[in-house]
Amino acid sequence: MIRFENINKTYPGIQPLHVLKGIDMNIDQGEFVSIMGASGSGKSTMLNILGILDDYDTGNYYLNGTLIKDLTEKRAAEYRNKMIGFIFQSFNLINFKNALENVALPLYYQGLSRKKRQIKSMEYLDMMGLKDWWHHFPNELSGGQKQRIAIARALIANPKVILADEPTGALDSVTTEEVMQVLSEVNATGITMIIVTHEKSVADKTNRIIHLKDGIIEFDSPNNHEIPGI
Amino acid sequence: MRFLEFDTLTEILLTMRENKLRTFLTGFAVAWGIFMLIILLGSGNGLKNGVTANFNDRASNTMMLWGGRTTMPYKGLKAYRRIKLTNELIPYLKNHFTEIDKISGQVDRSSTISFGTENGIYQIYGVQPDYQIISNMTFATGNGRFLNDRDMEMDRKVIVLSKKVAKSLFKDVNPVGKWIKMDGLTFQVIGVDMKTSNNNEAKCYIPMKTAQKLYTLGNQVHNINISVRGLSTKEENDAFGQKMREALGRELIIHPEDLNTIGLWNQASNYVQTMGIFSTIDLFVMFIGICTLIAGIVGVGNIMVITVKERTREFGIRKALGATPGSILTSILLESIVITSLFGYLGMMFGIGILELINMVINSSQKAAADGERTISIFMNPTVDLNNRCNCHHHTDPCRPDCRIHTGPKGCTNQTDRGHARRITKTHQYVRSR
Repeated sequence: MIRFENINKTYPGIQPLHVLKGIDMNIDQGEFVSIMGASGSGKSTMLNILGILDDYDTGNYYLNGTLIKDLTEKRAAEYRNKMIGFIFQSFNLINFKNALENVALPLYYQGLSRKKRQIKSMEYLDMMGLKDWWHHFPNELSGGQKQRIAIARALIANPKVILADEPTGALDSVTTEEVMQVLSEVNATGITMIIVTHEKSVADKTNRIIHLKDGIIEFDSPNNHEIPGI
Repeated sequence: MRFLEFDTLTEILLTMRENKLRTFLTGFAVAWGIFMLIILLGSGNGLKNGVTANFNDRASNTMMLWGGRTTMPYKGLKAYRRIKLTNELIPYLKNHFTEIDKISGQVDRSSTISFGTENGIYQIYGVQPDYQIISNMTFATGNGRFLNDRDMEMDRKVIVLSKKVAKSLFKDVNPVGKWIKMDGLTFQVIGVDMKTSNNNEAKCYIPMKTAQKLYTLGNQVHNINISVRGLSTKEENDAFGQKMREALGRELIIHPEDLNTIGLWNQASNYVQTMGIFSTIDLFVMFIGICTLIAGIVGVGNIMVITVKERTREFGIRKALGATPGSILTSILLESIVITSLFGYLGMMFGIGILELINMVINSSQKAAADGERTISIFMNPTVDLNNRCNCHHHTDPCRPDCRIHTGPKGCTNQTDRGHARRITKTHQYVRSR
C-alpha cells in the first residue's frame, strides 16, 4: 500500500537541514500505524511526503502501487482528493462554512453536483452521530464534534489512507478516547490509518508503532512492546 | 469550465460575505475611481464642446480682412490714408492663393425692414454666395435657399433672413416667398437661416452688388471673408494671413512695415490654437485617467495580496482536500473580477447619472431661454456644454433644430453635427465636392 524506499529530504538554506535520512518503510492495506518521535525528528516532514503535500529529494515513494514522484500540482491534488484523507490537530475546518458544507468540500473538488454532495455529506455526518448539527458553524461546536466532522470530511471521498496529524492533540482525555474509538472503527472498515502523535496512550491504541529519531527509523515494532526511552 | 459554474460563484459570495468591510472598501475604491474618471472625461468633453460651439457661426477655417488707415507715407502717398477694399480684390486674391477655398466680399449697414405692421432695425449684409459656406449656413426643406450666382448677376432684390428676424417680422407665417420693405424698396424673402447662435441674431443677407448700389458704396467692400484649405497648424495659418496682407499691401500701395493697416481676423488660426489647447487638455485628462486606473490597479492588487495572506491557511486546507492550484487561483481572480466589475459598473452608472442630471438642468434652462427669445449667454458657459455632447448624439435638443437638418439647399446631403471638429472635415468634403 505505502512503500518508502530510501527517502531523503533536505530543507535547503544557509545551513541545509537533512531531515529524512534514508527512510525505508512498508505499510500494508488496512494497517493501523502510529508514527512517534520528538519534535524535529522528521515526523511532520514524513507526513507531508505521505500526503503529497511536500516533495522528497531522493528515493521512491509508492502509494497504492503508483510512484509518487515529480507530480504536477494538478495530479498531486487529484491523488490527495481520491486517495488520502487528512485529519489535523487543529481540525482545520473552514470557519465560514457550516458542518455540512465542510464535510462536502472534497466532493466539491471532485465536481459532484450540489444535491449529491449534500446527500452524501449528510450520510457521513449521520455516521459520526452529528446529523442534527449539520447547520452549525465550527465555532458553535465542541472540540470532539469538530474532530468528528473533520473525520467525516476525511472519509467522504473514500480514501485508501487516512493521515492524522496529532488528531487528539487539542482534545481532553475523554474526547481523545472517543475520537480514537472512531478512528479504530474507521480502520476496521479496511482503510489504512496512519497517526502521527507523541502521546503514548494514543500510540498504544494502534497496532504498529514507528519511532523516528533524527531522520531515521529508530524502532518499527508491532504494538505491546515496551519502547525504551520514552 | 467547472470553475465558472454556480458553485464557484456561491463560494466567492460566501468569502465576500465573510469579509464585508474589505469587500466594501475595495469596491468603494474601484467605484470612486471609475466615478471620478467618468466625471473627468465628461467635463473635459463638455468644456471642449462648449468652446467648439462658439466657433460655430462661422466655419472654423475662415479669415476676415478689412481696411484701416495707414500710419506711414509710401511711394508718394501720405500717411493716414484710408484703405478701402474693393470688388476687384476678390478675384485677385482667389486667383493668387490656392489656399483660398471660398471667398465672399461683405458690406454691411443696418436698415429698417417692415412686413405688414411689423418692423424693426436689422443688420443688413451684402454678401456673395460663398458666404453660406463660410458662415456655416444650411437650409432645411421649406426654409428656402441662400443667395446664388443668378441673384448676383441680375442684382436681384432678394433677401435671406436669420431665424430671429423671421420670427419677429413674420411670427408663425413662413416668410419664404413673401415681400418685405427695406429703405423704401421691396425685397423678396428667398430663405431663412434657422441657425441659432450668438453672433447671427438679427442679420439679413442681400446680394453684395445690390447692397453696394443701395448704399451707394460704389465698388467698395467692407470686409473680405475667406475660408482656407490645407492649412493644419497655427503657424501655417498665421503665415498665410501674412502672405495675403503682403499681396494686398502691394496691390493697395501700403508700406511693407505698415501691413497692420489691413485688418485680419484669423479664425482659422484661433481655431487651430484652441483645438491645440484642447488636445493638451485631452492628453491631461487621459494622463489623469491612466493614473487613476493605475491607482485602482495597485489598490485592488494590494487588497488581493492581503486576501491571499489572510487565507493562506484556508487555501492549505483546501489543497489538502484536493483543490488544484488552478481552482484556488480562479477563485481569487474571480472574486476580484466580480468586485471590480460590480462596483466599477456602479461607479460608472453613478457618474453617468450625475452628468445626465447636469445635462437635464442645463437643457431645461436652455429651453426657457430659447422660448423667451432672451439673450442666450448660457450657451457660452462651458459647463452647459456637457450637454452638447449628448445633443449631438441624440439629436433631441429643441433649441438646435439644425442638429436635425439632413438636406442642404441644393439637395445635397449635409448632415450637420455641430460642436464637433468632425463637422469641419464634413464642410471640407462638401465644399470640394462642388
